[in-house]
Amino acid sequence: MYDVFIDPFVQMVQMPDLLVQVLWEGLVSGVLYALIALGFVLIFKASGVFNFAQGIMVVFSALSLVGIYQFLARNGFSGHLAAFVALIGAIGVMFLLAVAVEKIVLRPLVNQPDIILFMATFGITWFLIGLGEIIFGGEPKAMISDQLLLPRGSWNVDMLGGMVVFQKLDVAAAVIASLMIASLAVFFQKTRIGRALRAVADSHKAALSVGISLNQIWVIVWFAAGVVALVAGIMWGARSSVSFSLQIIALKALPVLILGGFTSVPGAIVGGLIIGVGEKLAEFYWGPLVGGGIEAWFAYVIALVFLLFRPQGLFGDKIIERI
Amino acid sequence: MFYREAGQFKDNYAADRAIFPILQDRIGLGVILAVAFLVIPMLGNAFFLNSIMTPFLIMALGAIGLNILVGYTGLLSLGTGAFMGVGAYAAYKLTTSFPQVNVLIWVMCSGFFAAAVGAVFGLPSLRIKGFYLAVATLAAQFFLQWSFVRVGWLYNYDPSGAIQIPARTLFGLPITGPHATPLTQYLVTLSIVVFMTLIASNIVHGRIGRSWMAVRDMDIAAQLMGIRLLPTKLLAFAVSSFFCGVAGALMVFFWLGAAEPVVFDINLSFKILFMVIIGGLGSLIGCFLGAALIHVLPILIRMLPLGGDAAMVEHLTFLLVGALIIFFLIVEPHGLAQLWRLLKQKLRVWPFPY
Repeated sequence: MYDVFIDPFVQMVQMPDLLVQVLWEGLVSGVLYALIALGFVLIFKASGVFNFAQGIMVVFSALSLVGIYQFLARNGFSGHLAAFVALIGAIGVMFLLAVAVEKIVLRPLVNQPDIILFMATFGITWFLIGLGEIIFGGEPKAMISDQLLLPRGSWNVDMLGGMVVFQKLDVAAAVIASLMIASLAVFFQKTRIGRALRAVADSHKAALSVGISLNQIWVIVWFAAGVVALVAGIMWGARSSVSFSLQIIALKALPVLILGGFTSVPGAIVGGLIIGVGEKLAEFYWGPLVGGGIEAWFAYVIALVFLLFRPQGLFGDKIIERI
Repeated sequence: MFYREAGQFKDNYAADRAIFPILQDRIGLGVILAVAFLVIPMLGNAFFLNSIMTPFLIMALGAIGLNILVGYTGLLSLGTGAFMGVGAYAAYKLTTSFPQVNVLIWVMCSGFFAAAVGAVFGLPSLRIKGFYLAVATLAAQFFLQWSFVRVGWLYNYDPSGAIQIPARTLFGLPITGPHATPLTQYLVTLSIVVFMTLIASNIVHGRIGRSWMAVRDMDIAAQLMGIRLLPTKLLAFAVSSFFCGVAGALMVFFWLGAAEPVVFDINLSFKILFMVIIGGLGSLIGCFLGAALIHVLPILIRMLPLGGDAAMVEHLTFLLVGALIIFFLIVEPHGLAQLWRLLKQKLRVWPFPY
């Protein structure tokens, strides 16, 4: 009992620098979970599709970025400019993907039950895994972080009687993710397309009746989710490497989603931070008691406990049931 | 014309309650069983039995388990793989702890352990629904898979971390372990799967199955009609996990022979869910059709003369299976079972169109 309930807190108080370090690690991974969850939320709000393919979209976009850059580099065009050309190319790939998904998958399946659409996104996942491995190969790739002007190295800050290491890359990731979220918020609130998106999220039929093209909206939403996936892919890729195992990390976005609510953008962010910090703290302070590795499922347990009190998530729409 | 029930009168209650009230269905079932028990063992070679038929039957049993939950009760679950793992590890622990008891008894008993675990993880289903529940069952998936790795007691502290199935016999014939022939393993699997399917069919056609379907269609309305949600939903989780657990035990004992925790990972859950959806939600025959399609399709694609090396074929398999899943969903969102129903209707009215 002492080990579970008292000892971890004693450790936290005795070594505050370590606590800050763990919290920071948790915050950074939380921001990245939030980015992946954001892609889910965008698509779920606008089309009601639970998009399982978000994880593979993260991998696929990052792979196409690296792949295009390597292709350019082989033809004697490298450096910062080539990296940004590749970035635009990867955005283009995500746009084509959005159009293809809308035309080939969503349009014929319109008005089908949710679970059928969910399964269709599985089909997309498998298709993209196969396609990605055929085009880019299955081996892990290094992200072109230097060429994309991402910083490397770290700041070592002396505080609280110890030293806390802030990776510059993590700081950049947090800043870029925050910018991304802010610009999405502006896009949703202030632009014409953003208003149309919110209308579609409220009611498909009402949106159609005032002349909003659902097909167009779906392409835009899938494209936006693709761009978010690309940013998430660059960040995760720069932290480790670009490989298909990133897809498993994307599953971590699911507890973030149920914690925050499927339909809420702020929920995705807050949920991401709670999950990120919570699982890092649990892994660091309580993990050794049970042999470690509890990161794999702890996030789900946090989410489950929250769900028992708020079945619709922290910020989700209230569930109203009628007979 | 060929499939006409006209003239087949039900003149007692037993005939009215029969699972297969139509003569043609009974003949068809008899033919299928005869083929499964006699023709396939005579004609099939070891590869066919061991890599196609046995896993197909096991996957179909797992799909029946999941279909009880998803198709009949409307509770989406992504933890199937882990529940199958519980069955496999339970059967392994039981047969290594009590080797003198027949292994088939332990395989069937392993289902009860899976059922208990499933009922515990089914508790949140009272509060949450739909995709929220699906994500909640992922907690079961990851937690159980983690336990299979970390709890050494489960695999008898084997240094490889895998479970090795010991040799066991039935009537003096080896049915598990290295000396068992694919034929005996196939026949044992087939018998168990047929038996379990019969039980499933009886459950879903009876009072319990009807209360599940009422909960699926609208749980509040079902509650108003006097169906208690807690026992009904938990029973669905328990029965579903029972079937999955037995399927998992069969998988390790009669097909793989040894298993690492990674066998029961989330991909297995998704594979079974595919079978249920492609086969048809709320249909037992759909489970078999879906299992046949999803299990056999990659094998057939690998056999195609596509050229390229092994890795390339593997990637192409992924690509084609993904594309075909989307194709099947677009062509027939109600699954292969719906095609089967349409076929029966066509046979009924033949030679007229309707």
